[in-house]
Amino acid sequence: MTNVCFYFQVHQPYRLRQFQVFDIGASRDYFDEHKNREVCQKVAHKCYLPMNKVVLDLIKKHDGKFRVSYAITGTAIEQFERYAPDVLKSFQKLAKTGCVEFLGETYYHSLAYLFDRNEFKDQVDMHHDLIHKHFGKSPQVLRNTELIYCNDLARHAQMMGYKAILAEGADHILGGRSPNVVYASPTASSMPVLLKNYKLSDDIAFRFSDKNWNEHPLTAEKFANWVAPALGDSVNLFMDYETFGEHQWEDSGIFEFFKALPSALFKRGVGFHTPSDLTTTQPKDVVDVHLPISWADLERDTSAWLGNQMQRTAIEALYALKDGVFESGDQSLIDDWRRLTTSDHFYYMCTKWFSDGDVHKYFNPYETPYDGYMVFMNVLEDIRTRIKIV
Amino acid sequence: MRVLMLGWEFPPIIAGGLGVACRDLAKGLTAQGAQITFVMPHVPQGASSPYVNLRGANEVKVKVRTVNSILTPYMNEHSYHEAYRRARESQSSSLYGRDMMQEIERYTLAAVEIANEEPHDVIHAHDWMTFKAAIRAKKRSKRPIVAHVHATEYDRTGGNPNEYIRRVEQEGLDHADHIITISEYMKRQIINYYGVPSEKISVIHWGLDPESVPQGERFRPPISQHEQVVLFLGRMTVQKGPDYFVEAAKDVLRCQPKTRFVMAGDGDMMGRIINRVIELGMQDRFSFTGFLQRRDVHRAYQMADCYVMPSVSEPFGLVALEALAHDVPVILSKTSGVSEVVKNALRVDFWDTRLMASKIIGVLRHGVMAQAMRDNGKKEVFDLDIATPARKTLQVYQRLGVGG
Repeated sequence: MTNVCFYFQVHQPYRLRQFQVFDIGASRDYFDEHKNREVCQKVAHKCYLPMNKVVLDLIKKHDGKFRVSYAITGTAIEQFERYAPDVLKSFQKLAKTGCVEFLGETYYHSLAYLFDRNEFKDQVDMHHDLIHKHFGKSPQVLRNTELIYCNDLARHAQMMGYKAILAEGADHILGGRSPNVVYASPTASSMPVLLKNYKLSDDIAFRFSDKNWNEHPLTAEKFANWVAPALGDSVNLFMDYETFGEHQWEDSGIFEFFKALPSALFKRGVGFHTPSDLTTTQPKDVVDVHLPISWADLERDTSAWLGNQMQRTAIEALYALKDGVFESGDQSLIDDWRRLTTSDHFYYMCTKWFSDGDVHKYFNPYETPYDGYMVFMNVLEDIRTRIKIV
Repeated sequence: MRVLMLGWEFPPIIAGGLGVACRDLAKGLTAQGAQITFVMPHVPQGASSPYVNLRGANEVKVKVRTVNSILTPYMNEHSYHEAYRRARESQSSSLYGRDMMQEIERYTLAAVEIANEEPHDVIHAHDWMTFKAAIRAKKRSKRPIVAHVHATEYDRTGGNPNEYIRRVEQEGLDHADHIITISEYMKRQIINYYGVPSEKISVIHWGLDPESVPQGERFRPPISQHEQVVLFLGRMTVQKGPDYFVEAAKDVLRCQPKTRFVMAGDGDMMGRIINRVIELGMQDRFSFTGFLQRRDVHRAYQMADCYVMPSVSEPFGLVALEALAHDVPVILSKTSGVSEVVKNALRVDFWDTRLMASKIIGVLRHGVMAQAMRDNGKKEVFDLDIATPARKTLQVYQRLGVGG
């Protein structure tokens, strides 16, 4: 018998507009205001608003015994303020129930940890302040962008005062061990590392509406039967919040499934907790992770953002501009630069599965990874001209 | 499976784009057990192909009154269109029309004679010139017709079809038991312009035979040692959009002054294009090669840093596959069949010359990206299985009840 720990990722990037080479030096208008508003409002109506209501109703219905956690990026919160204030209000309502935890991460959903530790710390602190401002709570547990994790990150997280950290329960780090117990890193031995149970998480996030899946249709009762026999400290179900209503459409029955899930689990003696409930749990074992892992693709590594030469060139060029940008003292320049650190920009340049067309494509505003690269590099070029002017 | 294939080009006698496509298809079909008799207008004494039983209309004596035909036995798609256009421009369309009918008639009569000698299970006709022959051959042999459309009169004329040719196409498509088009793009055209029901049409994209691409070092003529080369390769006709290429060049030169634009091919817009280049003061940045022979086509690819296909209407666009196979990054018009197949290419609307320029500059400036486009594009082209078109064609035959 165990408990379930839900963590939902809420994120919206600032998508770039078709910034052409001729715009360099002539325009500072990098972001596609129209598209960003459109996507934000669309996802608000398909996912954030209806799902927040489902969660709120479940919390009320189960007298606070139903608990979940969220990581909401700074770029998402900014866009909610601008384009969908109701979404922000509904998250605030959830915060007031006391049954919802907000996790810490980088404000810009960036890969800063891999490229610039100071920037990483600054962005995590910015995010901390933003969460505190809107929800009145300080994040206690850290999750890095896309669940990117390694030993050294655990050490940093502990130094920054975080009491636990989340990571992917990748096969190659577990070596056959269960993801359902609390682990520690060799570099931060007392701090819990909570690993995603990717099998059960992906049953909901990826396979739920797949008619070729032999378990389709997935019911709450069936899912509860899979969870109930699990041993250990926690079954960690980590997924994008957009799973509900956006990736899995409403007509797939995803909302009904979720509404029925808590009762089905309670009936089998399974309860809910959030990551901070596990901060005092004694780690049972150690996961040793030298090279960064993530929750993306089958590889569970960083190749979705840094797998090809374009991606590496673009991100190195970005961080090479950092000193110039900050020395300028120009706050709008700094903001623009930081919005470019968002990992999505590099994800759009991924060529891994491109020829087959695939999940990468669904999230991609560009026709090709090459278009993503060109636009990004044009914007960087413009940033460079602004540094010179200052 | 015995196939009577009616066509206008076949290597080694004529190796234009259509000929290469027919050869690749025949090669694939033969490998999968089909026996093909290929009938074309003229086969010189002693010429042969390893893939088909090659028969020339010239070997059959047929009674056709010959008037001064504009067509030559070695006519290929290119020279035919030149002749066609010259005839039209000189206001001799009625005379030309008679000649045209005459030539088609000669081919038709001869092809039907050959059809009588060569037992067949299916008649496979490439483009309108062979449709009359297919219809008559079917009357005798009662075998089904597969009409294979590589281009329509609408593509060739930029939307101003010659009414005679259009009628021949219509008749052929109506009589066909099934139609193969080389792209979804063309399938839509045939539905819209010829009123053919969708279920009668199968799309079979072309592939590229890797053996047809000689792998060589990059070729740098002295003139472009310190320049980057942007290539246009195709007929200079309305259909191919050379004028949009020139307008894009103007914007490219604003950012990348050391760019050379090579325009390979000729056509009725050549004069206009050259004038426009001069008008924009870009004559030092342009090279016109005229019509290129095969060997020089390879060299053109080898010297190119970027290939642009700005076509207004491109039924397929095999040239793009060839460019990719030669390690050249490509920018494709969205109104092309090949853009349905190739993912590792940049795409533009042909009329959006500013964006076209922006993407050309992107390819020229971003070596890392150009290299990724080369690597992934080449792999993608060579992954297109050359046996696939033949396999799908056999499926079409089988659907018509033609046994294997």
